[in-house]
Amino acid sequence: MSLLGAITESAAQWPTWDQWRRVIGLADHNTRVVILGTCLLGAAAGLIGSFTLLRRRALMGDALSHATLPGICIAFLLVTAAGGDGKSLSWLLAGATVSGMIGVGSILAIRNLTRLKEDAALGIVLSVFFGVGVAFLGVIQQMKTGHAAGLEAFIYGKTASMTTDDAGLIAIAAAVSLVVSGLLSKELKLLCFDEAFAGSRGYSVVLLDGVLMGLVVIVAIVGLQAVGLILVIALLVIPAASARFWTDRMWPMALIATLLGGWCGMVGAGGSAVFSRLPSGALIVLVCAAFFFLSLVFGVKRGLLVRTVRRVRLKRSVDRQHLLRAIYEIVEATGDAAGNGRTGTPRAPRAPRAPRATTAAPFERLLGRRSWSSGRLRRAIARAERAMLVSEAGDGVRLTANGVCEAQRLTRQHRLWELYLITHADVATTLVDREADAIEHVLEPSVIAELESLLQRQAIDVPDNPHAESGQAPDGGQHAGK
Amino acid sequence: MPGNDFGGANDFGWVWALDGWIIATGVLCAAAAALLGNFLVLRRLSLLGDAISHAVLPGLAAAFFLTGSRNSLPMFVGAVVVGVLTAFLTEWIRGAGKVDEGAAMGVVFTSLFALGLVLIVRAADHVDLDPGCVLYGAIEMTPLDTTPLAGIEVPRATIMLAIVAAIDAAFLLLFYKELKVSSFDPDLSTSLGIDARLMHYLLMTLVAVTAVASFESVGNILVVAMFVVPPAAAYLLTDRLGVMIAWSLVIAAIAAAGGHLAAVTVPTWFGLRSTTTAGMMATAAGCLFLLAAAFGPRHGVVVRFVRHRVLAWQILEDDVLALLYRIEESGPDDDPRGDRRVPTPTATELRPLLLTDPLSLRLVLARLRRLGQIDRTEENRGTYPAARHGLALTPTGRSRARNLVRSHRLWEEYLTSRAGLDAARIHDKAERFEHFTDPRLRERLDKETDAPQIDPHGKPIPTENPDPR
Repeated sequence: MSLLGAITESAAQWPTWDQWRRVIGLADHNTRVVILGTCLLGAAAGLIGSFTLLRRRALMGDALSHATLPGICIAFLLVTAAGGDGKSLSWLLAGATVSGMIGVGSILAIRNLTRLKEDAALGIVLSVFFGVGVAFLGVIQQMKTGHAAGLEAFIYGKTASMTTDDAGLIAIAAAVSLVVSGLLSKELKLLCFDEAFAGSRGYSVVLLDGVLMGLVVIVAIVGLQAVGLILVIALLVIPAASARFWTDRMWPMALIATLLGGWCGMVGAGGSAVFSRLPSGALIVLVCAAFFFLSLVFGVKRGLLVRTVRRVRLKRSVDRQHLLRAIYEIVEATGDAAGNGRTGTPRAPRAPRAPRATTAAPFERLLGRRSWSSGRLRRAIARAERAMLVSEAGDGVRLTANGVCEAQRLTRQHRLWELYLITHADVATTLVDREADAIEHVLEPSVIAELESLLQRQAIDVPDNPHAESGQAPDGGQHAGK
Repeated sequence: MPGNDFGGANDFGWVWALDGWIIATGVLCAAAAALLGNFLVLRRLSLLGDAISHAVLPGLAAAFFLTGSRNSLPMFVGAVVVGVLTAFLTEWIRGAGKVDEGAAMGVVFTSLFALGLVLIVRAADHVDLDPGCVLYGAIEMTPLDTTPLAGIEVPRATIMLAIVAAIDAAFLLLFYKELKVSSFDPDLSTSLGIDARLMHYLLMTLVAVTAVASFESVGNILVVAMFVVPPAAAYLLTDRLGVMIAWSLVIAAIAAAGGHLAAVTVPTWFGLRSTTTAGMMATAAGCLFLLAAAFGPRHGVVVRFVRHRVLAWQILEDDVLALLYRIEESGPDDDPRGDRRVPTPTATELRPLLLTDPLSLRLVLARLRRLGQIDRTEENRGTYPAARHGLALTPTGRSRARNLVRSHRLWEEYLTSRAGLDAARIHDKAERFEHFTDPRLRERLDKETDAPQIDPHGKPIPTENPDPR
């Protein structure tokens, strides 16, 4: 049997229209409860998850949900020993909460009292607490009174059989998360972005951390028994991480994460109601993962696509500016002498003259100007040609009238910055070109104006090439290493 | 569980033939995980073991689909491939998406786990493939599956973990320098010509191999714990990488052996039979971590607290002596041994001046009395309703106090005349320096400040006392 076989088989079980209608119309009571419950859980986890993500503790939910196990077992043992029903939900929840809080305390203690980092604190609490829990489970399994099967369901979740009570519990947890994060909005923001500043404003960072982790514990516990361990972790991490691609502001991010978490919970639970064979927890996580990858690629603030486009644009504009300046400088060097054959002779300084639009810069010299491949240079020329900045003339490239204007502006910026570095920043003449090269592309008009006034050269069209006196073209050598 | 099923010989059902192998397997697993765990902790990837242990599920399922059997080799390969994939995907999402390491890991392993769950549910239509069974081997069961090796029946899990531990150790020995440099300073390693990314992925591959080999045979909780806890404990014990690795191995071995012992013995105290060995091994590792965190020689919480307390008491001792000296000095008589008009202060009167708690003060006064540096005077001059127990310096105490006050005032003089500080701000600094100033330093201060007679506040600087204590 192959993977392919499995896939085609699942296709054969496509649900009927009637099944779709029942789920979408929320016809069954059970479906209604499950979808509502997972939706609320996803929303609460998305909200809390965005804080833990910004606090760089995304996996806190992982550690804390594992840390609840010993509490569950101890509560079971104690209640059973006292003659009660060990599997009563409220006692187990109480035990889980207590041991989750001890886990929170341990994480904070390890982080604040030892020199171990965040991740080690989480890893230690996760594995040791879970180990203790497993050891207790081993004991419970041997007791005549208590069969541990119920406890394991508590840990691995049972989404499809979620009851109204479970959904009610989730609703309470969601309300608590919403109210607490609303009341502490400013404090949490400070905590997430500038812990030290929050401390200096008199907020107790440890207390706030404790509150945040307490919220994680609450969400993790109600989620654990409703949908299982892995799903809770996924809901705490993935919606928040996805939301981060869409915005740079905290509250919009929290809102997006909340909505996304709710939506994923709803779609996943609905999907599992339609495809009854698929586990709903896993389906919810996969829906989340799909949204994460959509966000990763298409997110408008940090998505791959946007960042790639931005990078390509910047690179192209830099290339175009380099091209124009290179042509300008080559033409400037050959200068007005181009006509009578005195090529390469250094011009007299202080006699700058705008190169005539008719002079062409040979392709070979342009290529030697910078460390760009001939393909890249040709593409840059082609783009500049389309923008009507240059035109090809036989073996060379010539600036159009627009191109001369633009090239003059760019060269002027470059040299103004060089002059500034030489006169005001005491940078050696041989070094300024590279420095100016790095910054010229991002100089704004206001900065140029400031440079002009600083250098008191209001009237100058294009300043002299500061390298001209040494009689060599600086760029050829300077850029070879770039 | 282990011994009892086989008619154990002694009280706890301890049978060396079984428990010995269990301990050996546990120690090998713990050592293999702890070796690599050192670098995971240093690289802040402590949770990777946990992530991989969940993420391998689709690898197991895919191997099952592709081969149609539950043969362990394809499953092993499938799990390792997905384990390495987890590391790759995490790194890619972190780099390309600029997502925090932990979040990237969380996204990857939960998604892979969910994918695996769906695949397994599909597989379960055809064959019984319980995710619990696939994931959790049981260390108690390892002695049951043996294979002859050099005439002895050796559990297969032990052999496999021994091989894995040997591979890990060889990797560490071969690439020790590269691992060290690339863990502490990736930029430096690049400039030294070491490919930090290659080292990262080699390490990740071995982590995946170790993790998969371990949870196939001994269950995942043990390996997740051993990746993090022993190295973290070792990190608190030393500042050197080599020593840290050695400590982590020792701690891992003790945790494994002690954990099994505890699993067999502890529940019997409560009239129960033995419990899960892997869980107890993790618990034992946690206890060892607690010890290291509390009593580590330089970074231990308790050790640091005690050191701080002792230093505070030493400083308080100095402060008590210097205060008594200043009170004597402020008396109307120049000669402190003459007829004293100012009554000697009582402990209760001293306390607000020293800003300390009653217990510390009582301890320090008791110690000073035992050293013979202060004395209790009994005065009843009629002005007071009852006899009051004042405190006075003995000659030994006075000479120590003179040197302290001399240090203080020399420092004040130095800070104003040489360091150019404002006279209003020097007292606090001198107050701090006086406790750490020995006779030779005083001599130099004296020379630097041209042997002054009075300090900037106009108080006389006492002369050096040849025998301070």
